[in-house]
Amino acid sequence: MMPALLSIDVLLIAVCAWLAIGLAGLAAPRNLRFISKTLFPLGALVGALVGLSALLFLGGAAEVAVLAIGLPNLPFHLRLDNLTAVFALLVGFVSAGISVFAAGYFRKGEGTAPGLMCLQYHFFLASMLLVLMADDAYAFMVAWEGMALASFFLVTTDHKHAEIRRAGYLYLLIAHIGAISILLSFGVMTSGSGDYSFAGMRAQQLSPFWASAAYLLALVGFGAKAGLLPLHVWLPEAHPAAPSPVSAMMSGVMLKTAIYGLLRVSFDLVGDPLWWWGVVAMAVGLLTAVFGVLYSTVQSDMKRLLAYSSIENIGLLAVGLGLTLIFHAYRMEGLAALAMTAVLYHCLAHAGFKSLLFLCTGSVLHATKERSLGKLGGLIHRMPWVAWLALAGVIASAGLPPLSGFVSEWLLLQSFLFSPGLPHPWLNMVVPVAAAVVALVAALAGFAMVKFYGIVFLGQMREPALKEAHDAGPWERAGLVWLALITLLLGIFPATVISYIDAATRQLLGTGLADKVREHGWWMLAPISPERASYEPLIFLATIVVAVLFGRQLVHRLYHGRIRRTPAWDCGYVFQGPRAQDTAEGFSQPIRRIFEPMFRMERHFPTARDSQPYYSVKVEDHLWHWLYLPLARLMNAISVLMTRLQGGRIAIYLLYSFLTLIVLLLVARP
Amino acid sequence: MSATMPISAQLINLFASVILLLAFAMLAQRRVLTLINLFALQGLALCLATLVAAVSTGQTHLYYSAGLTLVLKVLLLPWILHRLVRKLNVKSEVEALINIPATMLVGIVLVMVAFNVALPISELSQTITRGTLGIALAVVLLAFLMMITRQKAITQVVGFLSMENGLFLAATSATYGMPMVVELGIALDVLVGVIILGVFFFQIRDQFDSLDIRHMENLKDN
Amino acid sequence: MNLPWGPGGEFARREAAMSISGLLWQLLAIVLALALAPLLTGWVNQCRAWLQNRSAPPLLQPYYMLHKLFLKDVVLAHGASPLFRFAPFAVFGCMLLACAIIPTLSTDLPLAPTADTIALVGVLGLARIFISLAAMDVGTSFGTLGGRREMLIGFLAEPALLMVIFTTALISQSTSVATIVETLAHRDFIIYPSLAFAGIAFTFVSFAENARVPVDNPATHLELTMIHEAMILEYSGRHLALIEWAASLKLYAYSCLGLALFFPWGIAAGSSVLGLLMAIPVLLVKLVIGGFLLAGIETINAKVRIFRAPEFLGTAFLLAVLGLLVRLMLETRV
Repeated sequence: MMPALLSIDVLLIAVCAWLAIGLAGLAAPRNLRFISKTLFPLGALVGALVGLSALLFLGGAAEVAVLAIGLPNLPFHLRLDNLTAVFALLVGFVSAGISVFAAGYFRKGEGTAPGLMCLQYHFFLASMLLVLMADDAYAFMVAWEGMALASFFLVTTDHKHAEIRRAGYLYLLIAHIGAISILLSFGVMTSGSGDYSFAGMRAQQLSPFWASAAYLLALVGFGAKAGLLPLHVWLPEAHPAAPSPVSAMMSGVMLKTAIYGLLRVSFDLVGDPLWWWGVVAMAVGLLTAVFGVLYSTVQSDMKRLLAYSSIENIGLLAVGLGLTLIFHAYRMEGLAALAMTAVLYHCLAHAGFKSLLFLCTGSVLHATKERSLGKLGGLIHRMPWVAWLALAGVIASAGLPPLSGFVSEWLLLQSFLFSPGLPHPWLNMVVPVAAAVVALVAALAGFAMVKFYGIVFLGQMREPALKEAHDAGPWERAGLVWLALITLLLGIFPATVISYIDAATRQLLGTGLADKVREHGWWMLAPISPERASYEPLIFLATIVVAVLFGRQLVHRLYHGRIRRTPAWDCGYVFQGPRAQDTAEGFSQPIRRIFEPMFRMERHFPTARDSQPYYSVKVEDHLWHWLYLPLARLMNAISVLMTRLQGGRIAIYLLYSFLTLIVLLLVARP
Repeated sequence: MSATMPISAQLINLFASVILLLAFAMLAQRRVLTLINLFALQGLALCLATLVAAVSTGQTHLYYSAGLTLVLKVLLLPWILHRLVRKLNVKSEVEALINIPATMLVGIVLVMVAFNVALPISELSQTITRGTLGIALAVVLLAFLMMITRQKAITQVVGFLSMENGLFLAATSATYGMPMVVELGIALDVLVGVIILGVFFFQIRDQFDSLDIRHMENLKDN
Repeated sequence: MNLPWGPGGEFARREAAMSISGLLWQLLAIVLALALAPLLTGWVNQCRAWLQNRSAPPLLQPYYMLHKLFLKDVVLAHGASPLFRFAPFAVFGCMLLACAIIPTLSTDLPLAPTADTIALVGVLGLARIFISLAAMDVGTSFGTLGGRREMLIGFLAEPALLMVIFTTALISQSTSVATIVETLAHRDFIIYPSLAFAGIAFTFVSFAENARVPVDNPATHLELTMIHEAMILEYSGRHLALIEWAASLKLYAYSCLGLALFFPWGIAAGSSVLGLLMAIPVLLVKLVIGGFLLAGIETINAKVRIFRAPEFLGTAFLLAVLGLLVRLMLETRV
């Protein structure tokens, strides 16, 4: 690279390039071919470039830039440091895969005109990158709001459906509650100095009270974007409503910007943390994770299932963040580094496998026009590419070796194992029990993923129309393969990946894992020492592969490889059609039964005398009824009161103004 | 670290843990007779713990209290309870007010609370067995929980006795037992208490044809 | 193998230990697992028959079964996908890896650093996912039922097993199986009360995971009560043989893990020939006793309803957590 061209310049050029691609789409709004086959691949190329330059930057010294746009006294400050670079890496590489997929995804006559869609999509990408680079509150908020707006329009692509408009409205509402909270947090952190740059905030010494206020406001604000309880309600509505590449982008990438924000505020801006901040984050995270995974197991819509699974993963990230904060507060930086590596690793891993799974649902949706699990099934026969690639996502999402999800889970559990060393009697007893909940969540995620995969791709086809399903096209396949590759590489080369992302940990905590990890060679992950814990995914995978191949060869050599095909055994029952399989609701029945108090269920059971017996179950969110509907009613009541003030007569309105003027004259003093 | 602990302390810890384990088993138990057997086992573990403490410290009165525990809690009381159950034809299922897994979850929380509350107290104590104070407190709380969540009078008595086990363990672990007079007094109290309760059971059953304590709610004046 | 970041001291030593003889012993451990696993199943079946007053099948019956199944044609359902044919091999490979990293004779295994105990739980989980998916593949009602129930057992057993492992890991300050066993077997004799809790929880989990009586019945073919058998209804020929063999390996792996964690005496620390030769009879004796106890527990218990199984496993989970707490309370603060 030329010495004159800094990494931050490359990223800025990428932002401009994305904006330009978006505008180019607007120039030819109806030319689908040009947009999907030229502009989206170009966007993917830019994404790969962003990822690559972030990768090359990692470990370097921070770079700053000041753009002469913005408020008169407050130009945009931008900064590229290692934390930003890790997340830019994520945005770049994952968005590259999604954009390639999107090139083959959009069809004629669906929702918004393709040109407009292209603009919104690339604007979304550019604003996400700007959020990561922003180095003052103003630039951050502008980019943050731009991201929210772009994603809002993307969610409401199919705005002809009332349900989708409603989802979009809910999303916008909660995004703004979050934005206000973030803004207030920044306000607290400037502590009246008027310096809204992040450098100014770092320089402030906040009292514990104000620091805690800033942290909690940030937790609420970023939690709203990430989907932490109780501000998660928009997520399962918005993700299914959006087109699949957009869901993938939101779930895989956008949620991570919220985690980025939390990391930035709690470890960089606000100063020394207090131990109970970590406990708060961990408690909220555990609740979110349990809630998310339980609800994901009972969903009947494949995208909602994945959306709840994202809530679960965000919960796990918050748990990891909380653990990092606790260790950091007690100055146990080595352990904090372990927990933070788990968080960063899980951000990357989740971005990969969740985007992969959402894109797979996109392919299924295109092939079958069906989102409901009850009407799918057996697609592995018609869509082998999508099915086998989805399997990679499913295994990673279930947190199983040797793919990416396991590495972060492993790191998180390892850091939990150290928590008995905490110098606090309650914490060192309660925190290991939190590990038990994390283990339960991970195991339940396996249940949800088996349900998702088994019902969509395996078994008999539940509808005759599924026989017409076709596999994903070449562009879609390329995008899926790219993301599956990310999932695989993250799973198999953890030591290498950690030695890259370690720069961010080192920047925030002053110490990292890389030195320890590098001691043992690239194939082995041993964050402390091999005696203490080690994991060698490549050898792990190789052993299983060798056992499979060798076993197969041996069996075929020693015995034979004959196969006969017959109908499935009917167990003596005559009817063994597709309807005899488990439905999505049937599969999750044990969960509903064991965790009954967690769900709000409406069930209809058939009676013996029904002429047309049917069974139905509807699972709803308790929080919706306990928190949101009462709030909505309260707001409604207040607004009814407000209408009384509006009498409609002009004299009354004049009176209001007049009274205000008088009061101000009386109260205001120079 | 535990590596420096003498073997007697390790054994006492082991028996204390077994007592806690049995307290949990009692909480999870669905059958009345097994419940009584578990209580007998708990008494046995307590007896052994006291015996180990006696051997290691050489205090004679601990031998007596171990013997007392053996006679009273392992042999006599379980026998009386067995007879009561058979005489009264109690239904073999324990009826719980809250389902059992939920009770056990609450139990885990209670154990955590007990351990942490006992920590500063046990630091005041000088005995080798002070670590078990938390366990003793946990056993008391679990027994309390059992009394709250069970409906049968018999299970309540077992809970009460189990609580007494916990208290006894606490006394042994914190101060190597109470003075002999107090111990004898308590033993007599417990014995008389169980006998009186046995008499009550017959009365209750005659009155309501059941041992379900919810019937007692009808006794209030209104 | 070349080291991209230069040789580290610790690693170089490991590398040296990974000599020909180390590999040989590793191979021996795997072969031993493959050979002994069906024998263990046969022994348990024999004990069960004795205890239940039946005439026992021959001890070598599982081998005859495997041989016969391998000889038979595979009869595949029309709706079976490639995943269905791949799954038995994958499950078998996972179980083989599990057996390879659990110390049976010696703690000095070249494959041991590949996966610590957490990864061991992961490998068992991977096998479970494959078999459950394969069960759902043909799309019969019993297959999906079995898959669902297996996942139900799994999501409770997995965290319980993990908590058991946490307790042992806290004692030995390590999650590596070899280090745990070395700590427990070769240090001064210390009583760990927490291990009593962990041991009971582990027993519960291994009964559930190996489709044993309180949860499932390995001998049943009554569709509505079975879990494991329901999943493999569609399998035949060599696929079924592999799955049965994998099930034996799983039982063997669990037995050896239990023995290694709770009765670790007799497992050799190094790779001296004498120590290893001594370890073989010790292992056999322990397995014989363990198998008998397993059969005994199975005989005196009745199979519970499927919805009591979560309660059973929930108890195991809570006991394991309790063990963790006892560990923190009693054994670290004196």
